[in-house]
Amino acid sequence: MILDGKCPKGPIQTSWDRHRFEMKLVNPANKRKYKILVVGTGLAGGAAAASLGELGYNVEAFCYQDSARRAHSIAAQGGINAAKNYPNDGDSIYRLFYDTIKGGDFRAREADVWRLAQVSNDIIDQCVAQGVPFARDYSGYLDNRSFGGAQVSRTFFARGQTGQQLLLGAYSALSRQVKAGSVKLFARTEMLDLIVVDGEAKGITVRDLMTGEIRTHVGDAVVLATGGYVNVFYLSTNAMGCSVTANWRAHKKGAFFANPCYTQIHPTCIPQSGEHQSKLTLMSESLRNDGRCWAPKKAGDNRPPNEIPEEDRDYYLERKYPSYGNLAPRDIASRAAKEQCDDGRGVGPGGRGVNLDFADSIKRLGEDTIRERYGNLFEMYEKITDENAYKVPMRMYPAPHYSMGGLWVDYNCESNVPGLFVLGEANFSVHGANRLGASALMQGLADGYYVIPYTIANYLAKIKPGAVKADHPECKKSIEDVNGVTKKILGVNGKKTVSEFHRELGKIMWENVGMARSEASLKDAIKRIPALREEFWTNVKVSGSGAELNQQLENAGRVADFLEFGELMAKDALHRNESCGGHFRTEYQMPDGEAMRNDEDYCYVGAWEFKGDNKEPELHKEPLTFDNVHLAVRSYK
Amino acid sequence: MSGHSANTMNLTLHVWRQKGPNEPGKLEQYDAKNVSPDQSFLEMLDDVNEVLIKAGKDPIAFDHDCREGICGMCSTVVNGVPHGGQERTTACQLHMRKFKDGDAVYIEPWRALAFPIQRDLIVDRSAMERIIQAGGYTSCHTGGVADGNAILIPKPVADYAMDAAECIGCGACIAACPNGSAMLFTSAKVAQLASLPQGKAEAAERVCNMTEAMQVNGFGNCSNHYECQAACPKGINVKFIAKLNREYQKALFK
Repeated sequence: MILDGKCPKGPIQTSWDRHRFEMKLVNPANKRKYKILVVGTGLAGGAAAASLGELGYNVEAFCYQDSARRAHSIAAQGGINAAKNYPNDGDSIYRLFYDTIKGGDFRAREADVWRLAQVSNDIIDQCVAQGVPFARDYSGYLDNRSFGGAQVSRTFFARGQTGQQLLLGAYSALSRQVKAGSVKLFARTEMLDLIVVDGEAKGITVRDLMTGEIRTHVGDAVVLATGGYVNVFYLSTNAMGCSVTANWRAHKKGAFFANPCYTQIHPTCIPQSGEHQSKLTLMSESLRNDGRCWAPKKAGDNRPPNEIPEEDRDYYLERKYPSYGNLAPRDIASRAAKEQCDDGRGVGPGGRGVNLDFADSIKRLGEDTIRERYGNLFEMYEKITDENAYKVPMRMYPAPHYSMGGLWVDYNCESNVPGLFVLGEANFSVHGANRLGASALMQGLADGYYVIPYTIANYLAKIKPGAVKADHPECKKSIEDVNGVTKKILGVNGKKTVSEFHRELGKIMWENVGMARSEASLKDAIKRIPALREEFWTNVKVSGSGAELNQQLENAGRVADFLEFGELMAKDALHRNESCGGHFRTEYQMPDGEAMRNDEDYCYVGAWEFKGDNKEPELHKEPLTFDNVHLAVRSYK
Repeated sequence: MSGHSANTMNLTLHVWRQKGPNEPGKLEQYDAKNVSPDQSFLEMLDDVNEVLIKAGKDPIAFDHDCREGICGMCSTVVNGVPHGGQERTTACQLHMRKFKDGDAVYIEPWRALAFPIQRDLIVDRSAMERIIQAGGYTSCHTGGVADGNAILIPKPVADYAMDAAECIGCGACIAACPNGSAMLFTSAKVAQLASLPQGKAEAAERVCNMTEAMQVNGFGNCSNHYECQAACPKGINVKFIAKLNREYQKALFK
C-alpha cells in the first residue's frame, strides 16, 4: 500500500495556516460531549491533555508513574529550539526548518517540519507565561545557547534542567484542568491494549498498577503520547519504566509502525562501569559548547589525560568537521567516538570512552562561568563516576537515547487507525533518521499545545459522540486478552528473571542493531531474538499474582513486547539498504566513512503492518518528496 | 568490565516489608553480597531482588524511574534519613562507595501522615498533587500569550525563581519533617510564581489556596526544624518558607 501523509498542497509557508482553516471545528457547546483518552503525561501528553481540557473536551489522562510530573521528558537537560532569532544571528523559520530536514538526513516530511518550526516561537511564549524560569541575561532578556547541527544560537534553556521546567509548566497547566474538572487523571495506570471498534480507536484497556485491576476506558478518540522505545537496548538513557508497550499493543491492533530502525545513539553519555548497571546517564549536548572531544593519537596511550601533551591529542571532531567542530550532529559525533575506540584509542575501563575536556574553556572563561553554565551536570558526573570534571576531562561514550521511529501518523498526527492520534516521541514524524539536539522538547510541546487541539476536532466533528459503551463486546474481549497474557506470564514459573531476559535482548540489540549494523549482524539478530522470545515464554520466572502491586509482572509485560518489537526493528534495518542518520549500515558508507544514502531506492517512510504473531509483517511505503529543500549529501565539514 | 571489582562489600539490610496499606509491616533482614562501590543504591536493591525472585520470594517493592535524580519517583529512607543523607542526592544517585563492608543498612519508606504506605517502600504521595492543583500554576490559556521578551525579567529574579523551581516533588522534605509538614514543597512553588511577573496577578489567591490545601491534606505545620532543607536532594532553601509566610501575610491584608 502507498501511504498518504495528507500534507497540504501549495506553498509551504502558508500550509499550516491554510490547513487550520480547512479543518472542521467542534462547536464549544458540543465539546464536552466528546471524551478523549490521553495516554502518557510527558511534554506531548501533558500539553495535549491540558489544552484539550481547557477547550472543553472531557479528557481522561493516564500515566504509569505516581504523578504526571514524572514522565521522562523531565530528564531532558540542554534546551528547546525556537526560531526567535533574538541573537540576530541569522535564524528564521526557514532556517530551523532547513536545519531539521538536513539534520534528519532527508528522511522527514517537509510539511510537518515546517509546521514545527513555525509554532516553535509560540512555545517559548507559552512557557514564559506559565512561569518557566528560562535563563535570562542581566538586562532581563531571554538567553540562548548553541546546539549541535546548527550554526545559530536558537536554544532556550533553564540551567541544565530544561525538560524538567517545561514539563512542570505543562504539568501545572494540567493540574489546573484537573482542579477545574475537565481532566480526570489516572496515575499508576498502564495501558495494555487498544480497543478498536469497526476499524476506529474507541478505548483502551489498562491495569491499575496498585491493585492489579484490569479495566477499560472508552472514549471518542485515543491520543498516545507514550514516548520512545530505546529501552529495547536494555541500557539506555531512558527511565526504567519507558517501554514500547502502548505503541506495540496499538500496532498489534492495526497501527503501522514507521521507521523502527531509526534510533538515536547520543554521543555524550557516561560510559558503562560494570555489569551491574541498570541504566546509562546522559550528559547534555550543551556541554559541547565548551567541552572539546579528543582521544589520544596513539593506540594504547595509557597516560592520565592531563599528562598527554597537545601534540599527542586528536581533537577528532574539530579535525573532521572544521565548520561545526564539536557541535557536529549527534549521529555523526557518536560514530566518530566509536571510530576512535574501535581504533584502540579509547580511554577508561575497556577503552570504551573519549575525553570531553573543559580545560581550555576554564582557562578562557574561568571555573565559575563553567559552573554557572553546567554546574548540575558536573555534580551529577561526579556522583556517578567519583571524578571531578573541573580537574580531569569527562569520559564519554555513546548510548541509546531517543527513537526517531514510532507509530505512523499523517499530517494531522492521526495514525492509519482513525481516531488514534500519536504525539511526541511516540510518533515518527519530524526527526527523519536523526534528531537534532533541543528538538524533542520542541516537538512534544508543538504536538501537544498547537497541533492536536486543531487536528482532533477535524476527526471528532465527523463522528457521533459516545457511540461505544463500556459493555461493548470488543471491551470484554480486550479484557479477556489482557488477562490471558497475565495468566500466561504467571503460569510459566521458569528459572530466569525478567531482567535477565531484558539484559540478553539488550546485548543482542546493541551488538547487532546498534550504532553500526550489517546484513550479517541483522540476520543474526533476526535469528536470535525469536529464540530468546521462545525461551522467555517457557522459562521466565515471575512470582506473586496479577491482583496486586507486582512490579515483576509490569516489567515482564514490557520485556515481552520488546522481544517482539526488537525483531521488527532488525527487519526494518535489514530492509533499508542504505545508511542515513542514526541508521548506519557498514556496507553503505563513503570512502571517508560517512553515511551513504540511497535516495533512488529509499527516499520513503517504511511503515510496517502487523500480520499476526510470528508472521512476516508487511511493509507499506510513504514516498517522501522534497520541494523546498534540495535533496543533497549531508555535510558538516 | 569495571576495574574496581576487587573492592566489593557485603552488607546486612534491614528492610521495611508491608504487604498492603492496611497490613502490619516489619523490618526484615537480607544479605547484600558482592556489592560494587560503583553501583547505585537502587542497583544494589535490584541485585537483592534478583536473589529473592530466584528463591521464589516476593521482591522488595520500591518506587524508582529515571535513576538520574530528576523525576522524583524514588522515595527511600536510608539509615533514618530520606534519600540517605548525601548532600543534594536522591536515593537513585546515592552510590555504594559511600558504604563500608559489613555495614548494617536500614531501609524504610517515607513516613508521614499524608503518605500512606502502599507496599514495602512505596507510599501514596497524591496529597502533594492536590496542593499543586489548588493553585500551583498561572491561569494562562494555551495560545494568546505575549512574546517571551515582552516582559523583562532581571537575571537575579529569574535565578531566584529557578532556584525554587528545581524542586522535584519527591516528598523527602515532608518525610524528614517531624511534623510531616509540606512547607518547603509548597513554598518552592509559591515563591517561584510569586517572584515572576507572570505569576504575580494570582499570587494572593494562590498562596491562600495552596496553604489551605496543605492543611486539609494531612500535612503538619512548620516549626522551623529545617530538616526539610537538609534532606532536599535539590538543595531547596528554607528562605522560600519565609517568602511563603510573607506572601500569606500580604494576602491576608489584601
